[in-house]
Amino acid sequence: MNTLFGKMKEEAKVISPKSVDEYPEAPVSLGTTLINFTGDWRTFMPVIDESKCVKCYICWKFCPEPAIYIKEDGFVAIDYDYCKGCGICANECPTKAITMVREEK
Amino acid sequence: MEKVAGSVEYKPIKKVVSGNYAAAYAALHARVQVVAAYPITPQTSIIEKIAEFIANGEADIQYIPVESEHSAMAACIGASATGARVFTATSAQGLALMHEMLHWAAGARLPIVMVDVNRAMAPPWSVWDDQTDSLAQRDTGWMQFYAENNQEVYDGVLMAFKVAETVNVPAMVVESAFILSHTYELVEMIPQELVDEFLPPRKPLYTLTDFDNPIAVGALATPADYYEFRYKLAKAHEEAKKVIKDVGREFGERFGRDYSEMIEKGYIDDADFVFMGMGSLMGTVKEAVELLRKEGYKVGYAKVRWFRPFPREEVVEIAESVKGIAVLDRNFSFGQEGILFTEAKGVLYNEGVRPIMKNYIVGLGGRDFTVKDAKIIAEDMKKIIESGKLDREIEWYHLKR
Ligand code: SF4
Ligand code: SF4
Repeated sequence: MNTLFGKMKEEAKVISPKSVDEYPEAPVSLGTTLINFTGDWRTFMPVIDESKCVKCYICWKFCPEPAIYIKEDGFVAIDYDYCKGCGICANECPTKAITMVREEK
Repeated sequence: MEKVAGSVEYKPIKKVVSGNYAAAYAALHARVQVVAAYPITPQTSIIEKIAEFIANGEADIQYIPVESEHSAMAACIGASATGARVFTATSAQGLALMHEMLHWAAGARLPIVMVDVNRAMAPPWSVWDDQTDSLAQRDTGWMQFYAENNQEVYDGVLMAFKVAETVNVPAMVVESAFILSHTYELVEMIPQELVDEFLPPRKPLYTLTDFDNPIAVGALATPADYYEFRYKLAKAHEEAKKVIKDVGREFGERFGRDYSEMIEKGYIDDADFVFMGMGSLMGTVKEAVELLRKEGYKVGYAKVRWFRPFPREEVVEIAESVKGIAVLDRNFSFGQEGILFTEAKGVLYNEGVRPIMKNYIVGLGGRDFTVKDAKIIAEDMKKIIESGKLDREIEWYHLKR
């Protein structure tokens, strides 16, 4: 699977406790929060134009989520399950390879 | 304090120390691993002493210097989430600045122990004793232990760690500004090996550094889940009452000073009325009660050691055996009354127990409260009980009239 967390994300479980005793003692997420798809929040989505990308990875470093990963071919890609559409990557990209596009829902 | 029969024989380390040094030594003996704190009068010498331990190579403690109390508590929270034993200290405005993070620590069920040196809130600016700072944090989910003297500061910190780590709820050990913090007394400390037996290393519920079982701390809970976590914290406080008594009893059996009661009582059995209060104030009251007894007053005392969780059952028990209770509050909740007074009255309502209760507001901002003052209040209480009439519910005792 060619996304940031790949198989881990598929295996992450949602635990829905039925009674108070089934809750963990402290409010912690057991396992990871991979299933917490912060990408739901997005209004604008970043789109990468590979013809302009110089593989500097500045976007990868700056993404706060982090939703940007480096593919095998060395280009960057975005995992839209986690990209919240903040636009930092587009702002930081020195070659303007990333544009923010309004999403229709 | 009386020695408990059958307690083990050991040679205590006797030191003449301030309340603040007693707190620092207790943190050292508890083998705390992380301390994050910001200096504020009158707490400063606690963390100065801890810094000295570290500088001298006497302690292996990570000290995190921070720029404010809010950050101090945030750093403590992070450290505690990794599984470490964490300590900090503050006073008044500093504690108020921590307020948001106090909720965080309790909500995340991190057993941090903090010493709060009671100091009046400003303005008017003051560095002297007053319990309103710690009592304003009543609803943050922290447990609160009020120390009467330097020995209780030392013992309190050790017990607080054990209780906190058993129920996974943070605890505050509260001492008076200057009256304890900067006043030197003989304190019997416990040899390290014996403290280690009493207080083994912390076993955290979850830790951030267990990479095979990842967790996220403080994640979002929607309305579908938030409520249950609040209930769990409430239940932990209820369970803490038993743990407090057990730990207090164990402390007595091991070290000879018994803390198995959440309220320390004296001369209750045949008393017409009792003084009820918290902290160093009660040292004066105990002295006064001894003298008053010799003069024929049927008076006792009830020193509330643990204010959170609140010892409901013990308050009811006391109220059942007396005609009157003089609640001494070195604190005030504006628009209402002394805070201990509200709490003590509140638990009696459904029990149908109705001794005459009068609230004396005393000692705010470090005003002296002496044996003579206790005597004047005893005289007043005697009159009220004999006449059966309460003149006024709240008395600003020292007011210049
Ligand atoms: S828009 Fe923001 S969240 Fe999305 S990939 Fe860019 S930097 Fe990351
Ligand atoms: S910042 Fe722009 S050029 Fe650099 S890797 Fe990201 S998309 Fe490519």
